[in-house]
Amino acid sequence: MMLQRKDVLGLQDMAPDEISLILETAASNKEILSRPVKKVPILRGKSVCTLFYENSTRTRTSFELAAKIMSADTTSISVAGSSINKGESFKDTLLTLQAMGIDLFVIRHGAGGAAHFAAKTVQGHVINAGDGLHEHPTQGLLDMFTILEHKGRLDGLKVLIVGDIMHSRVARSNLWGLSKMGAEVRLCGPSTLLPAEVEALPAKVYTDLGEAIDGVDVVNVLRIQMERMDRGFIPSIREYHDLFGITTDRLKRAAPDVTVLHPGPMNRGVEISPDVADSGCAVITEQVTNGLAVRMALLYLLLGGAGNATAA
Amino acid sequence: MRLLLKGGRVVDPSQGIDETASVLIEDGKIAQVGRVESGAAIGAQVYDVSGLVVTPGLIDMHVHMREPGFEHKETIETAGCAAAAGGFTTIVGMPNTKPAVDSGALVEYVLSRGGKTSVRVLTTGAATKANECVEMAEIGDMVKAGAVAISDDAFPVQSADLMRRVMEYSRMFDVPVLTHCEDRTMTADAVMNEGVTCSMLGLRPWPRQAEEIMIARNIALAELARCRLHIQHVTTAGGVDLVRAAKTKGLRVTAETCPQYFSLTDQALVEYDTNAKCCPPLRTQGDVDAVIAGLADGTIDVIATDHAPHSLEDKEVELQYAAFGMSGLETALGLTLTKLVETEKLSLSDVIAKLTIGPAKALGLTTSPDKSVGPTTGTLAVGADADITILDTGAKTVVRSSEFRSKGRNTPFEGIELTGRAAATVVGGKVVFGAETLKCEDAKASV
Repeated sequence: MMLQRKDVLGLQDMAPDEISLILETAASNKEILSRPVKKVPILRGKSVCTLFYENSTRTRTSFELAAKIMSADTTSISVAGSSINKGESFKDTLLTLQAMGIDLFVIRHGAGGAAHFAAKTVQGHVINAGDGLHEHPTQGLLDMFTILEHKGRLDGLKVLIVGDIMHSRVARSNLWGLSKMGAEVRLCGPSTLLPAEVEALPAKVYTDLGEAIDGVDVVNVLRIQMERMDRGFIPSIREYHDLFGITTDRLKRAAPDVTVLHPGPMNRGVEISPDVADSGCAVITEQVTNGLAVRMALLYLLLGGAGNATAA
Repeated sequence: MRLLLKGGRVVDPSQGIDETASVLIEDGKIAQVGRVESGAAIGAQVYDVSGLVVTPGLIDMHVHMREPGFEHKETIETAGCAAAAGGFTTIVGMPNTKPAVDSGALVEYVLSRGGKTSVRVLTTGAATKANECVEMAEIGDMVKAGAVAISDDAFPVQSADLMRRVMEYSRMFDVPVLTHCEDRTMTADAVMNEGVTCSMLGLRPWPRQAEEIMIARNIALAELARCRLHIQHVTTAGGVDLVRAAKTKGLRVTAETCPQYFSLTDQALVEYDTNAKCCPPLRTQGDVDAVIAGLADGTIDVIATDHAPHSLEDKEVELQYAAFGMSGLETALGLTLTKLVETEKLSLSDVIAKLTIGPAKALGLTTSPDKSVGPTTGTLAVGADADITILDTGAKTVVRSSEFRSKGRNTPFEGIELTGRAAATVVGGKVVFGAETLKCEDAKASV
């Protein structure tokens, strides 16, 4: 079975059975990563382009490796700054790449909706690798995959997402994905960093971390951008850590077998204390490995034709 | 040159007229309204307009004609053609051109170019030099050259002190100050209305308070400066309340809204449609209801278009980088008739008032400069300019931007069906749009 869609732009519009399919496929793909020869010929002859308008190391490397393991040809394009300041429009860049025969575009862009724009512009597949504050669906999927590996289920779990909810596409993708799969999602952050009318989203909302963390099975810690301080959202990193930093002490109110996630890169000592980051409950490096498996699954489910399916 | 419009439903809110009547035009002026004796019409060109509605020519007091500087988006000529097709006989340009309309010379340029179009083109002058919001522009020079109002549209003056001076200075020339109300400290990089839809789409929010704070400030400053204040494009329930309170207090405040603000909500952006991005942004259903209530109770005096044509490349980009605004001249009348009249939220006469005598009064166009004759525009009073719009209120049309006369094809209303349109537009007694659709008659026929 394959995904019956051209693009993966977000988890908000994805059905639970689609999410299940991706997570199941990722599970079988993960085994490939432990082989001595990490290469399967499934996507031979397919052309994947990562088009990044924002700096990123891990997401881009992860997509490229995933494509290479599946034997697709990869091209990477970095556009520093926004397209509007460059000579060429986003549309023209996309059409140029399309003319070169790209089958699948992986797009990271600072503007919300950029992946939607790309999906409407090109005939090839589009995977959103993060668009502005909107969604980062592969991060949401890899987080769910990691939780599933540790807990064996998503349904009925209590998952806390803590930090800068307003500016986080990771938070939004996790929220949609987890809530669709039956988890109870809690959002916690400074009141200045909660999005408008957050109460209307399918989540419980907190500004008191002690209350929010009570009894949760999973804590997903968001990175706090230092620039939020300059824009006046929070008074200081010191106070942020004091109120919202995840420490061993804070975690005592969570479930005894709590699992801690962080999408990276971490600010140790700010949103997460070093002892938590290095503790057994943190699964941060596993998330990175699982990111590969999830992205391989998506590439396969979008690009792998019937003729190639048996190679898996 | 005489023209007789025979047998239409004449709706002229300025005189409280809503009846079947004929309109006789002589030498570009209204000569007679009512039952026109056959003798009076001898030699006249007669049009049978039975089944149609005859109103004073529509006035759009908020138009971005883009010339000079942005002729790829629109020119004064194409704006004039779009206006005529949309039923507007008078349009008022905004000063955010390049260079800005901030001097008498630029006002003269716009009026001179406007004189070559088939409609009446008026212009506002910029509140500040080059729209930089630093120094007051030469308001006296602009008014002398013919500017009908002063505006900070698209470049809202953030300094309360500077706005106070602009208002005080404008009072000296008895021109209204048209203000774009936006506290820019709250709208950096903002794309759409702050709320749950914006939160879900992950876009930068444009809170309603950024508009309401400035409406409140400008009302307070206008009270201090004792000037005529006009609030442009009111979009929020709170904004309507502020204007209502100012009017109750007896201040000389008028207000406008635009068809998009009573026709759409921020839901129009869920597919990241750049054509639904405008400034101020589309709000929520509660705001739409409040804006309609404000129109119905007279708080909002004017329906204007904020016609903001853009080229395709300005809109075929990421939503965040897309230009603000929509092409409005050719959809405004249909939207107004469909969303307000067909739904029975306002009477036909009430909406015609918002499109004719409402803007004429807000701009002070209701008396000629020498005060010797009566009102000249926004009315079918005898002696007024024969600017007339003939409406087919039952006609169904589908919005097709490819058929726009405007260069701006940026509309979020593509493909929707509207009820009611301009059948013909008459300026100074001359049919400038729709002549081919009017039924000519033998002049000797009884009237």
